[in-house]
Amino acid sequence: MIGALKNLINKLLKNLFKKKKDIKLGLYGPPNGGKTTLANRICKDWLGEDMGEVSNIAHETREIQIKEQISIKSKGRELDFNLVDTPGIATKIDYEEFVKAGMKEKEAKQRAKEATKGIIDAIKWLDEMDAVVIVLDATKDPYTQVNITIVGNLQARNIPVLIVANKSDLKKADVKKVQAAYPQYNVIGISAKYGNNIDKFYEALFDIAG
Amino acid sequence: MVTFQFVPYYEIEDLGSARRVKKLIDIVKQNKIVLLQGRLKKEEETDLIAIAMEEIKGKFRGIELAVINPEEKGQEGLKRLRNNFFNAILGDRQGLTIIGPASIVKDIKKDPTKIELLTKEVRKKG
Repeated sequence: MIGALKNLINKLLKNLFKKKKDIKLGLYGPPNGGKTTLANRICKDWLGEDMGEVSNIAHETREIQIKEQISIKSKGRELDFNLVDTPGIATKIDYEEFVKAGMKEKEAKQRAKEATKGIIDAIKWLDEMDAVVIVLDATKDPYTQVNITIVGNLQARNIPVLIVANKSDLKKADVKKVQAAYPQYNVIGISAKYGNNIDKFYEALFDIAG
Repeated sequence: MVTFQFVPYYEIEDLGSARRVKKLIDIVKQNKIVLLQGRLKKEEETDLIAIAMEEIKGKFRGIELAVINPEEKGQEGLKRLRNNFFNAILGDRQGLTIIGPASIVKDIKKDPTKIELLTKEVRKKG
């Protein structure tokens, strides 16, 4: 309780002296949810360029990536922020999974090593965020402990959260199930890959970071 | 053979966050599945993941984690407030936290009425 109060006071003080353009918007979630695909969509839409590489093999993003000064407009309003794409958070990393996906052992071990460091960095960066978009794969079970832990942590730190149920273009996607899992949050179903419902997502960003 | 170790809340009650997490990880690294009475603080749960990542080496590939709190759902108003207050002061003793080594526990599936702990098939050589 004292910790939460301290966080709140620190945040209030930080916000008091912060320029609006310094807002850090983090993309968090489990691996392969589509965080970098969404980051690329945002960057393409508003800066005309990509942010990072995407891959079907988990843990493609293994370092924090930041794109500064993104300015989005919706319904006559403007929102400026720095976008922070984070490595997917997982509780286990097994290099043998990468070998199964077709990598050579040495490369797989290196990827595993970088992925573990990426997860530690992503967790460390939680405190730096002003608002967070949690990117979940709408075709997967939303009740996993990693998702619950991320949401709970952001709640404890009083960081505003928007949940995105990504991959809504896929047949197996179930946006309602994601909403039912996190009823206290705004959940937007999107396809970051094809841009489906992306305007609603941009509108919702103003509620958490505006 | 799968080994479970029950950790009553009083065993971690007086420990600081870092020592709590270390104690649990140390048990998991002995290839045991921890059944912790109650739950860690939310920040400690992420610390547990971070420490598990730091410890990945050799046969240790991380953890599987599940927190079950049957009382959480269905609590409303004053009861929830009262519980949140006491949990913040005394620690959260309700429910159960399961932490297992990823090399043994494949998945922990939660359902409102049951928990399924799926272990990996271990083949003996020879």
